[in-house]
Amino acid sequence: MSTQNTFMGYRRENGRVGVRNYVAILPLDDISNAACEAVANNIQGTIALPHAYGRLQFGEDLDLHFRTMIGTGANPNVAACVVIGIEPIWTQQVVDGIAATGKPVAGFAIEKNGDISTIADASRKAKEFVHWATERQREECDIADLWISTKCGESDTTSGIASNPTVGNMYDKLIPKGICGVFGETSELTGAEHLCAKRAATPEVGEKFMRTFQAYQDDVIEAHKTTDLSDSQPTKGNIEGGLSTIEEKAFGNLEKIGKHVAYIDVLGPAEEPAKGPGLYFMDSSSAAAECVTLMAASGFVVHAFPTGQGNIIGNPILPVIKITANPRTMRTMSEHIDVDVTGILTRELTLDQAGDKLIDMIVKTSSGRMTAAEALGHKEFVMTKLYRSA
Amino acid sequence: MAVPQLLVHDKRDNVGVVVVENLQAGDEMYCIVTEDDSNFTLRVKQDVPIGHKVALTDLKEGDTIVKYGEDIGRVIAPVATGEHVHVHNLKTKRW
Repeated sequence: MSTQNTFMGYRRENGRVGVRNYVAILPLDDISNAACEAVANNIQGTIALPHAYGRLQFGEDLDLHFRTMIGTGANPNVAACVVIGIEPIWTQQVVDGIAATGKPVAGFAIEKNGDISTIADASRKAKEFVHWATERQREECDIADLWISTKCGESDTTSGIASNPTVGNMYDKLIPKGICGVFGETSELTGAEHLCAKRAATPEVGEKFMRTFQAYQDDVIEAHKTTDLSDSQPTKGNIEGGLSTIEEKAFGNLEKIGKHVAYIDVLGPAEEPAKGPGLYFMDSSSAAAECVTLMAASGFVVHAFPTGQGNIIGNPILPVIKITANPRTMRTMSEHIDVDVTGILTRELTLDQAGDKLIDMIVKTSSGRMTAAEALGHKEFVMTKLYRSA
Repeated sequence: MAVPQLLVHDKRDNVGVVVVENLQAGDEMYCIVTEDDSNFTLRVKQDVPIGHKVALTDLKEGDTIVKYGEDIGRVIAPVATGEHVHVHNLKTKRW
C-alpha cells in the first residue's frame, strides 16, 4: 500500500490546491484568439487558451460555455488570468466568475480599442501577473487536497485487463483518504449502464445516472445517428486493439472506478462537485479532449489517462498522466507514457503494485514533475458545444 | 510463474484475450483466469494479434459472447474453439 500522504502544491485564495501555476490568457470567443496568442507571445510564462466558440450561443449551450470559461480560469492550476473578449459585457461576466475564487483576474475588450492597443494593455497586466504568480511557493499539502479525474482513450482489451483497473485501484486507495474523483464518458457506458447505476452511493443517485444516460441516448445518439454507431464506437483504434463491441468497451471502461468506491453525485458537463470528497460521474462525451477539458473546467487538477493503443492527448492546464499495459504501445510510442503497467499482463506486477506505482506518479506530477504530454507540448483545449448557435 | 499467452477475466467467459505479440496458428497457449488464478492450456487455430480474443468453446450464430462475466454481444458467424473472435463474427446488441 502506498504510504504517500502529502505532495507539494500551490494553495490558492479559496483554499483549493493547484499542482501547476499558470497565468492563463483566456479568450471569451473565437475572434479574440489572435489577441490572446499575441499576449502569450509577448509575455513569457503565460499560456493562451484558444478555442473555437463563444459567439451567438444561447440557452443551455451558452450556460455551458460560461461554465467552461469561468471554470477554466478558476481552476487552482491557474494562478492568475487575463480574459480578452470582443465586447466588454460577456468578458466581464467571465472575469467576475473567476474573481469569486479570490485570484487575480483582469478583462479586456477589443471593440473601440482594436487588437493592437488591447494586446498592449493586456500584455502589461499579464506581465504583472507573471511576476506575482512566480512569487508563489509550493507548500506541503495533504493528498486529500487533490482532485483527480480519469478518462481513458484509444482503449483496447489491455485497458480493461490492466491499465483501467490500475486507475480503479488508485481510486479504491485514495477516495477513502478524502480526494475528489470523477469519471464520465456517458455514451461509452452503453451495455454496462446497469452495472454503473448499481455503483451509485444511493438509489436516487443511481436513478439520476440512468436519466442522464437515457437522455444522452435519446437526445444525442438517437436524434442524430444516420446508421448503426459501430463505425464510431468502438473507434477504429479500439477495433485494431481487439475491442469488438460497445458493450465490451463499456465493461472495460467501468474498471476505472475500482471495486469498492461508490459515486456520490451525477454532474452536468463542467459542473463543479458540490457534495464534498468522493467519486463523481460527469455527463460528458467520450472524445478525449472534450471530456478532459470539461473535467479541468470543473476544478480537477491532475488526470489519470489509461490507454491501450496510445492516445497522445494533453491539456493546457491539467497534467494528463498516461498509463498503458500494452507492450506494443510501450515499444513503439513510449515517449507518450508515464506509467508502464505491462507487467500486469505477464503477471510480474500485481494490481496492488500497479495502483501504488500510479499513486507515486500522481504525487510526483502534482509536486511538479512534467508529464509526457506536457513535455511533448500537448495542449488540447476543446470546448463541448451542445447544438448549433443562433 | 510462467508468462501467460491468454488472460480470461471471469470463469463464465467464453472468450479470452491474447496478451503476447506474434502468437501463431497452432501455438499452445498457457491461459490464466484472472478472477481466481486458475489455469488451462488451449491451442490457437489462427494467428491472433495481441489484444484480440480467442473462443474458449465452439459458438454458433445467435450465441452470446460473455466477457467480464457479462454479455458483450452476439455471434453472427460460427466460431470454433481456438479461433479468433472479433468484428467479423461478433456484433453489438446495442445501437
